[in-house]
Amino acid sequence: MASQNRPLSPHLQIYKPQITSFLSITHRMTGLFLAFGAVLLASWVISATYGPEAFENAQSLLGSWFGKLILLGLTFSLYFHLANGIRHLGWDFGLGFDLTKVQATGIAVLIFAVVLTVLTWFAGYAIVGGY
Amino acid sequence: MDMRTPLGRVRGLGSTNDGVKHWWMQRLTGMALIPLTLWFVYSAVQMSEASHAEFTVWVGTQGNPVLLILLIICMFHHGQLGLQVVVEDYIPSESTKMTLLIAIKFAAIVFGTSAVFAVLRLTVGSS
Ligand code: HEM
Repeated sequence: MASQNRPLSPHLQIYKPQITSFLSITHRMTGLFLAFGAVLLASWVISATYGPEAFENAQSLLGSWFGKLILLGLTFSLYFHLANGIRHLGWDFGLGFDLTKVQATGIAVLIFAVVLTVLTWFAGYAIVGGY
Repeated sequence: MDMRTPLGRVRGLGSTNDGVKHWWMQRLTGMALIPLTLWFVYSAVQMSEASHAEFTVWVGTQGNPVLLILLIICMFHHGQLGLQVVVEDYIPSESTKMTLLIAIKFAAIVFGTSAVFAVLRLTVGSS
């Protein structure tokens, strides 16, 4: 069967950008980035088994400006993916399916993710007593 | 009597892969990850400036090692299932797809097992 060259995914060229499709692809991208975060989390814990020096290297790497940028991205990705994941689970139960609700919950997810990211980092600096 | 061939009978009925199990495990691990990741963010904020000694104490504190291990397992399982879908969506070539799927499964198991083992090393037998 000549199935080699068939396109598999939606033809993005013919889609008009809209909040629904934007959040859908963002769920996917945050999922991918979080998978990288899982590897980072594993490496962080594993580094501690190599002793204080290795762990403190990991800590200062994560605490550098670049490390913080990654962690900031992961924080946002997690909150977004978590909230949007709950939205997905709602749909699986048949909840919130009509277009106005899909758009309203979509905007709610975005606001939730931004607000919680800011709060988390704010709390982080407050607790740890950084700058 | 049904004169159709076995192939003719199943044609059009959809995929014979284990999609339902995949779909269900994606939801189940997703649900488990809601409390686990929230707990982890809360903990990670407190561990952001931790020394090795402080970190080891935290890993060994009541409940933390179990939650950490659960988080690691659910995260790698969920992530692996998710990555599989992404690969299946974008990679049309059967052989490339298979190679990637196997690589992803192996990587998830290697990283997940190593991380779980690390938690055990940091807790079991040390005090
Ligand atoms: C925090 C709670 C989480 C919930 C509630 C959740 C929920 C979900 C759901 C329902 C899906 C399926 C989406 C669909 O059918 O299109 C999904 C996909 C995915 N998740 Fe999560 N997830 C969570 C955390 C994570 C984490 C921590 C990771 C990283 C390891 C992750 C990685 C992925 C990936 C890679 C996908 C596939 C994306 C796609 O198919 O487009 N998720 N998640």
